[in-house]
Amino acid sequence: MTVPFIQFIDVKKSFGSLHVLKGLNLSIYKGQIIAVIGKSGTGKSVLLKHIIGLVEQDSGQILINGESTQQLSVDARRSFHKELSYMFQDNALFDSMSIYDNVALPLVENVRFPKTHIKEKVITRIQQLGLIDTLEKFPAQLSGGMRKRVALARALVTDPKIVLFDEPTTGLDPVRKNKVHSMIKEYQEQFGFTAVIVTHDIPEIFNLAQRVAMLDDGIIKFEGSKKDILDSHSKILNAFIRGEDV
Amino acid sequence: MLKQLIEKFGGKILKMLESLGRIVLFFLIGIINIFILPFQFKKIIDHLWFIGSKSVFVIILTGLFTGMVLGLQGYHSLAKFGSEAALGSAVSFTLIRELGPVFTAIMVTARAGSAMAAEIGVMRISEQIDALKTMHINPVRFLFTPRIIASVISFPLLTALFDVVGIFGGYISGSIMLGINRYVYMDTVIKSIEISDINGGFYKAVSFAFIVTTICCYRGYYTHLSSGFGARGVSLSTTNAVVHSCIFIFIFDYIITFFLV
Repeated sequence: MTVPFIQFIDVKKSFGSLHVLKGLNLSIYKGQIIAVIGKSGTGKSVLLKHIIGLVEQDSGQILINGESTQQLSVDARRSFHKELSYMFQDNALFDSMSIYDNVALPLVENVRFPKTHIKEKVITRIQQLGLIDTLEKFPAQLSGGMRKRVALARALVTDPKIVLFDEPTTGLDPVRKNKVHSMIKEYQEQFGFTAVIVTHDIPEIFNLAQRVAMLDDGIIKFEGSKKDILDSHSKILNAFIRGEDV
Repeated sequence: MLKQLIEKFGGKILKMLESLGRIVLFFLIGIINIFILPFQFKKIIDHLWFIGSKSVFVIILTGLFTGMVLGLQGYHSLAKFGSEAALGSAVSFTLIRELGPVFTAIMVTARAGSAMAAEIGVMRISEQIDALKTMHINPVRFLFTPRIIASVISFPLLTALFDVVGIFGGYISGSIMLGINRYVYMDTVIKSIEISDINGGFYKAVSFAFIVTTICCYRGYYTHLSSGFGARGVSLSTTNAVVHSCIFIFIFDYIITFFLV
């Protein structure tokens, strides 16, 4: 049996009196796209922040290649985090920097590449996302959808091995949404990265993700493939997909 | 009742100690990163421009009027003892040892310190600091270290400018407006000031640079912990940054003066 790349075992997390994750179990496999769906405020972003290390669990374990993150050496944890990239729900772009500088930042600060090489990489990503006219602009001068694409360009510019997308298509028109989905799929096939996508794009996400997990009330209520979803008799899952409240 | 009181008081003490530990760590991480390559040259230049160059006008203006007021007040006070000729000495002494460093630090806090707290605070509440972490960029090194280097360079230079302009302000009041011989004024300035006075002002300026930058950047960086989220949180952090910086400027001014005299 394949060992999951990242595995959550009974992870609990509270913020004060608010219990967000109440014993979450989830397996993420290498080279796959997994979509996490669920109502707003159920802790989907918190789940992603556990993977990238912005938040630490109160109890339970997170395993990387079968080894607990708490037992990993500082170097091992650092090198794991270096393979990650995160696209924030609200983009988290640097509003005092130009679009070019925003996308180039992770390369400029971390990688000892020549300036021309960095420029080439950044321009390529920006071009792919149809943002070439915005290079000298600032985030506040762009529409919500454009800012989303800038955030996506920044997340992909380092060629990461694991990409965490927090609602990557919110605020985009259907054409752009499809373009972003195709791009994620295309890149994923090309580079083979592992992707975790928190999304509300149902049913489009079923064509993109190999596996889907539904988070509800702090736990994973359903986990499986597209076929498993269609065959499922889970009331909660079916109601959520149809947009009904249970 | 007594137990509740002790618990409440103890809780506050613990919170204060926690804050103190955090600010010390924040400061140390920032300082250690000065010596870690690559040197953040471009960022330092940007902050030098913002903290230093953009403060020049306000420093000239406040320095000039402070010197003029000192000249005016000093003249009338000294005239009672028939010692108007000592005006140059009184103005330069007061400015170089005391008012120059303190007023410069307060003006830079109001202009650049508040901006540092607000900018970093906004970065905190809009997850830009989290974004830096996800990009494996040390946020303290990225945000605080270049600012502290720029402040340590800017504060003494701005203080020197304040002193020179202030002495000139005293000259305008004392010599041009009130008729003290200009050669006497300049002569007393030159003869009364010693290198130890200038050094004292320099030590104060450098200390205030550390204090103001650390408090302002720290307040912005930990906006979410001390002042809460949202625009209100940032505005509270900015106000606290300015108030706390000013308080600590006066406290350290006394401490440094105590050791220097």
